[in-house]
Order: sequence, then C-alpha cells, then structure tokens
Amino acid sequence: MEEITSLLNGFSVALTPFNLMLMFVGVVLGVIIGVLPGLGGANGVAILLPLTFTMPPTSAIIMLSCIYWGALFGGAITSILFNIPGEPWSVATTFDGFPLGQKGRAGSALTAAFTSSFIGALVAVIMITFLSPVVAKFALAFGPPEFFAVYLLTFCAFVGMSKGQALKTIASMMVGFALAAVGLDTVTGSLRLTFGFTELLQGFDFLIAVIGLFGIGEILLTLEEGLAFKGASARINVKVVVETWRELPRYWLTSLRSSAVGCFMGIVPGGATPASFMAYGVAKRFSRDGEKFGTGQVEGVVAPETAAHAAGTSALLPMLTLGVPGSPTAAVLLGGLLIWGLQPGPLLFQEQKEFVWGLIASMYLGNIAGLIVVLTCVPLFAAILRIPFSIIAPAIIVICAIGAYTVHNSMFDVYLMLVFGIAGYVLRKLDYPLAPLVLALVLGDRAESAFRQAMLASQGDMSIFFSNALVGGMTTLALVLLFWPLVQTVLRKAKAA
Amino acid sequence: MNDQNERPVATVRTLEIVVAGLLFLLGAVVIFDSMRVGAKWADDGPQAGYFPFYVGLLICFSTAVVMYRALGDRAKAGKAFVTRGAFRLVLWMLVPSSVYVALIKPVGLYVASTLFIAFFMRRLGRYPWLTTIVVAVGVSVVFFLLFEVWFKLPLPKGPLEAWLKLD
Repeated sequence: MEEITSLLNGFSVALTPFNLMLMFVGVVLGVIIGVLPGLGGANGVAILLPLTFTMPPTSAIIMLSCIYWGALFGGAITSILFNIPGEPWSVATTFDGFPLGQKGRAGSALTAAFTSSFIGALVAVIMITFLSPVVAKFALAFGPPEFFAVYLLTFCAFVGMSKGQALKTIASMMVGFALAAVGLDTVTGSLRLTFGFTELLQGFDFLIAVIGLFGIGEILLTLEEGLAFKGASARINVKVVVETWRELPRYWLTSLRSSAVGCFMGIVPGGATPASFMAYGVAKRFSRDGEKFGTGQVEGVVAPETAAHAAGTSALLPMLTLGVPGSPTAAVLLGGLLIWGLQPGPLLFQEQKEFVWGLIASMYLGNIAGLIVVLTCVPLFAAILRIPFSIIAPAIIVICAIGAYTVHNSMFDVYLMLVFGIAGYVLRKLDYPLAPLVLALVLGDRAESAFRQAMLASQGDMSIFFSNALVGGMTTLALVLLFWPLVQTVLRKAKAA
Repeated sequence: MNDQNERPVATVRTLEIVVAGLLFLLGAVVIFDSMRVGAKWADDGPQAGYFPFYVGLLICFSTAVVMYRALGDRAKAGKAFVTRGAFRLVLWMLVPSSVYVALIKPVGLYVASTLFIAFFMRRLGRYPWLTTIVVAVGVSVVFFLLFEVWFKLPLPKGPLEAWLKLD
C-alpha cells in the first residue's frame, strides 16, 4: 500500500505546530466567511490568497483549504438558525434545518449538519487518497489532445447539467474565455483585445473577477432581499451532541447515498450546490419518512450537508491530478498553486510528493479541526450575524477592496472589482451561472495552449481529438453532454406532440 | 412598503434583452479583434486569433438566441427585475461604494474606509456620532495593524499617513 506510506509522510509534513495553528486559524476564518453575507468560499480564499504569498506553499495551501472547509461548515449555521443560506450549497439545508430550529431543536440540527458534513468530507478524502494517485499515474500519458479533451469534457459537463439555461451557461463560459484571452499572447507575441490600454496588457486576473462577482455582487443581492436576522438561538451542549450522535447511525444509508452523489458531482464539475439538492431529492424519495421532509426531519439535514461537503472536497481531486478544478473555490486554489510556482497536474504527484500528501493529510486533520471548532463555537459565530448590517456591509466592501488591491498592488484592479460586482449582480439575477465564467477565466490560457499544441501536431486536423480510444471517448462524451439539453428539449416536444 | 416602492424599475424582459445585447456586442468585438490579429492558419500554426474567434462566435450565437427568446417571452415582460424600493437600496450601497473606491487614491485607503463606514453607520444605521466615530476609526486601526504591521502589506496611503509619518 504505497498510498498509506505516502499519507503517513504527509501527516508528518502537516503535523507541525505552525501548520496546526494555521489549520485552526483557517477553519475559524472560513466559518466566519461562510456565515457572513457577501463573503464565501471562493472570494474568501481569493481575498486571503495574497496574504499567503510569503508562506511556504504547503502551509499556505493548508490554511487556504481549511478556510474552504470552514466555509462549507459555516453555511449550515445561518441556514438552520436564520433560514438564510450563508452559501448556495446550504439552501437545501434550510428545508428541514430551519423547521427543526423553530421546533427548538436547533442544537440537534446543527450537530447533525456538522457531523454529516464531516462524514461526507471524510468519505471524499478517503476517495482522494486512493483514487488520485491512480488518476495522476493514468494522466501521465496524456498529451495535448487528451488534456484539451479533459477541458472540453469539463466545460461541456457544465452545459449538460445546466437546468434549462444551457445557452446562458455557454454565453457565460465564453465570456470567461474571452476575458482570459485579453492581453499579450505568449505564443505569437501579439496583443489581443487590449485596444491600447496598458492596464490590459497583463490580462484580467481571475482573483479580481472572483472578488467582484461573488463578493460585491453578493452584497448587492443580499441587500435587495432585505436583511432581517431573526432566528433561533443556538446552544449546543454535550447532551444534545450525544443524543444526536445516537440518532444519526439510523440514517447510514442516506449518508452513504449522499456521499456517493456528492463525490460524483464534485469530480465532474457539478459542484456542491446541485449535489446538495440532488441528495435531498434522493433522500426524500427513498426515505420511509419521505413525506415528512420539509417539516423538520434530521434526515433532511443529513442528506444535503453530507453531499455538499463530499462534493466540495472531491472537487480537489481533478484539480490536483489533472489541473482541472471542479468548483470556483478549487479554481482559486489552483490559481494559488500557479502563483506559488507549482504546476498542478499529474507531474505534481511525482515532483511535489511532500506538498501533495501534506495537503491530503491536512484534509483529514482540517476537517477534524473544523468539527471541533463548529461544535464548540456556534454561539460565537451566530453572534457575528447580530452585528448590524450598516457596519458589516461597508466593512465587507473594504475587505473586498483590500483583497483586490493586494493581488497586484494596483488601483485599477479595485475599479475593475466594482465593475465585476455590478456585472455579477445583474448576471446572477438573470440566471447566468457564474461558476463556468470563473473556471473559463482560470483555465482559458491552458485550454487554448492545449488546443494549439494538439492542432500543431495534427496540422490543423480536428480528427486528432478522435485519434485513439481514450481521447475519442472523452471527446464523444463531451459532445453528448454539450448537446444533451438540446436532445432533452426535442424529446420533450416529441412527447407533447 | 407603499405601492410606489413596489413599482418595477425595469422588467426582467428588458434587462434580459439589454444584457444579451451587450454580451452580443462583446462577442462581436472579440470576433473583430481576432480577425485583426489573424484568425487563420499560418505557416507556423494557428494565429493568435484562431481560438478567440470561435469564442466570439459562440458568444454572439448564444446571446442572439437568448435575446430572440426573451423578445417573445410574455411572462418575463410582466415580471419586475428590480422594484423601486429594492433598487433604491442597491443604489444606496453602490453609489457610496463607488465614491469610496474613487477616494482611495487621493486620501489613502484607511481614511477612505473610515469615512465610508462612518457614512453607512450615520445614514443607514442612524448611530450617534460618538459610536460612529469609535467604530469607524477602530475598524480602520485594526485593518492598519493587520495589514501594515502584521502582514507587512503596504496599502495605498494618503496625506494623513504622511503627516503622521506612518508610511
């Protein structure tokens, strides 16, 4: 078992006092980010990324990934106590979590949510431990056509899984690619889409886009919905925790199913949000108490939380092994790797063993740290939400502005952030999905260079994407996914006729 | 909320058409610029505009269909994109934020942040002056200690910091 030895080595890397401290700092920051409106996993990590430039990469990624785990945990708190999902993936948690809180069982709901999150993450981390070396080894044989096929598959999966918004998904994704193309083209040396602006020579930084789209955009949306935090008070004591833990084994099958849904949706870039809804739906259909869902069933909290955390965690698998992130937050982490001078992809497992296994080991430890922090500090985090909006809102905007400025020490980026914020607000309200835009912006250059290299090798012949079983299979699957919404529409019309 | 506040500023359909139109223009710009740098196949391989050209085409295609569909969508014509009351709230956030961002360069980030937070606390929160000043200055001092002292990240500073010899 080579993986076990590597993992043990990873633990020795991750288990230094400094890294343990960073883990707790990361988790606490993450939960705060998850609880606050306008700050989420993706832009929280984006804002804090510049702070880690001077740290050793392993410590930096441990802290940033722990922020991510914290944000995943934090989303549940606001859902259950205030019926306000702190994060999109905790919307499904409000269905049963908030009624439970209203019945005076907020403590059980929170314990169930945190424990399920932990279990979902654990299943996903175990999967990453054993699957990622295999995937990485497999991907070592990949050439440019295979890599382009992987990118194609990732982006077509977005289209295939977008519910009724396939065209908007394509539009948003292509805007991402267009923004990625801005600046100096490294292959030919020509300037693309800069129109004489020197600020645009470097192109658009995706960190700025993330902070604007998800941070400022989110604040504007929250504001419009009106903010009234009236909710159940949170007290978790040992008795409630033990009682809930006794109840939870009853839902083992739901947990298992939700973990499977989550892991799958995380690896293919479906993401945590659809995974949580899907798991809730599946649990409702298969549960004996299915018809009681929505009135405050613990099982209805277990399902979405397990799936969301499993998906959020397993999104790191394709990020590490193939360099293709499964979620916006994974995309930001990937951006971090590039900034620290690490090339994500199969070679990472050969050349940066310490880094990779340190990170994987930290996923186990970080989630344990997360569980401890959230179970013990819930009242503290709930208190953050009682800070009046007129103080917290400008403070968040200040934090976003600082985050945008520190990326390149440039004021232009701060102006850009505001523009992205307005765009994010309008696009979100019109149901344009933002995740494909961010992913395309991050992967644009890499996808394009894979495409160019493949085209160079074949002298412009597209058939290279079908030249062997592997690349052909991936390309075909991608095309099927791409046209899936169209097929569905045609089928529905045929049925109606 | 009175009726005035419930009136829509714009309908979803209008916004849908405007946004699709703007994105279509963006796609067109991408196409033209790609053609300018060359979107064909040169002796040494694909030219710089080869890939973005198709990206632009796809933007134009998808937004054109979105726009066409929105034109015929009656349901969206009756739905408010944003009501007057909500729009006012959004502007209350957006305008001061823009002023804040514009102020960072002349007066420095810390002074601008203090003014920005104080403005919100006075206007939206209606706090007394003393609370406002204590919180607004306090938050900026915490940020200063955090970024300048602890993380050693220099943020934009203005005349006040120069006068206090802090930069």
